[in-house]
Amino acid sequence: MRKAYIKAISYYLPEKIVTNEELVKDFPEWTVQKVANKVGIDSRHIAADDETAGDMAEKAAKKMFLEWNILPETIDFILLCTQSPDYFLPTTACVLQNRLDIPSIAGALDFNLGCSGYVYGLVLAKGLIISGAAKNILLLTSETYSKHIHPKDKGNRTIFGDAASASLISTDGFAHIGEFSLGTDGSGAQNLMVKSGGFRHPRPYNDFISDEEGFTSSDHLYMNGSAIFSFTQDKVPILVENTLLKNSLRKEDIDLFVFHQANRQMLDFLRKKIKIEEKKFYYCMADYGNTVSSSIPIALKEAITDKTISNGNKILIAGFGVGYSWGGTVISF
Amino acid sequence: MEKINNFITNIAEQFDETPPNLFTPETKFKDLDEWSSLIALSLIAMIDLEYNVKIRAEDIRKSTTINDLYEIVKAKMQ
Repeated sequence: MRKAYIKAISYYLPEKIVTNEELVKDFPEWTVQKVANKVGIDSRHIAADDETAGDMAEKAAKKMFLEWNILPETIDFILLCTQSPDYFLPTTACVLQNRLDIPSIAGALDFNLGCSGYVYGLVLAKGLIISGAAKNILLLTSETYSKHIHPKDKGNRTIFGDAASASLISTDGFAHIGEFSLGTDGSGAQNLMVKSGGFRHPRPYNDFISDEEGFTSSDHLYMNGSAIFSFTQDKVPILVENTLLKNSLRKEDIDLFVFHQANRQMLDFLRKKIKIEEKKFYYCMADYGNTVSSSIPIALKEAITDKTISNGNKILIAGFGVGYSWGGTVISF
Repeated sequence: MEKINNFITNIAEQFDETPPNLFTPETKFKDLDEWSSLIALSLIAMIDLEYNVKIRAEDIRKSTTINDLYEIVKAKMQ
């Protein structure tokens, strides 16, 4: 049977950096230390007003071509994960085919997922390889949540950062993609949502409320923090267990756990709950924030660069969030 | 379940600025200056890790004092 591998990973961060010191200017009741301690984020990158997810995905792809010496003409499929596409239609991945000089024999599609998106990108890419439909898949993740967030929404502005990543999934490479465990629970849809702007609620509500309970707006990113926390508390330990089972591995066999980098508080909790040693658990959010579908590929790239990951390592990756949607797999270096 | 004193200590540890001696069974923890939605999540996390009990935002919403929360956790442990 054909096998699928990660052959390259690069990422792109927008130029503008917002530090905690700058955030505190907008929210005087917040202290820099408090933010840094609780959420584990010191700064985040924010896309320029005229920079879209499509633009960022293009930059991430070009960076990957350069860093890994890959020719665009070898790409035969483009997958783009985004929840902030350039247009309702056409598909941003189709626009990117042209902008990246990828041959017109390539397939291309967008898929709409958030924090679970990278794992789903891997499962789709692996499926394309095993079916024989494609050999070199450009898997892109790109998100500009900052454009969905209201300027007065302290919590979400603190947590989220914009970023894009590009991976090449191929018939050979440095990390074999193992078996997957996936899951979905649409009953949690309303707990992480941009409600208006689609055809269910086409017109803006102009209904934002900011109080002690948090921030709510139908026209912007809304996150019910405690409901999302409860969701991860319920699902992520089981996801890890099922991912290990699917790969016939024990927890001890895993050299490094790379979770979606939601925020420090949540990851500390999950690590303790699942009983993972701190040295086997990768944290990578201080300089980027929660970059949604790019957080796992950024963390993988960083862990490769700083040599946390070495040859022969088995890495369990787990993504979970908006949908609700979750997924995990093991990649073997 | 352990005595409420240990529970109070565990609750107090989730607060960085409020002195631990201010916490009693009657403390209205959500009225403390430092209270925030982030501390609510810390409480949910602590209660899961220490007592292996899942409480929800709703349980915090309907609790006024630390004793109210203690009773909820105790009931869920049985």
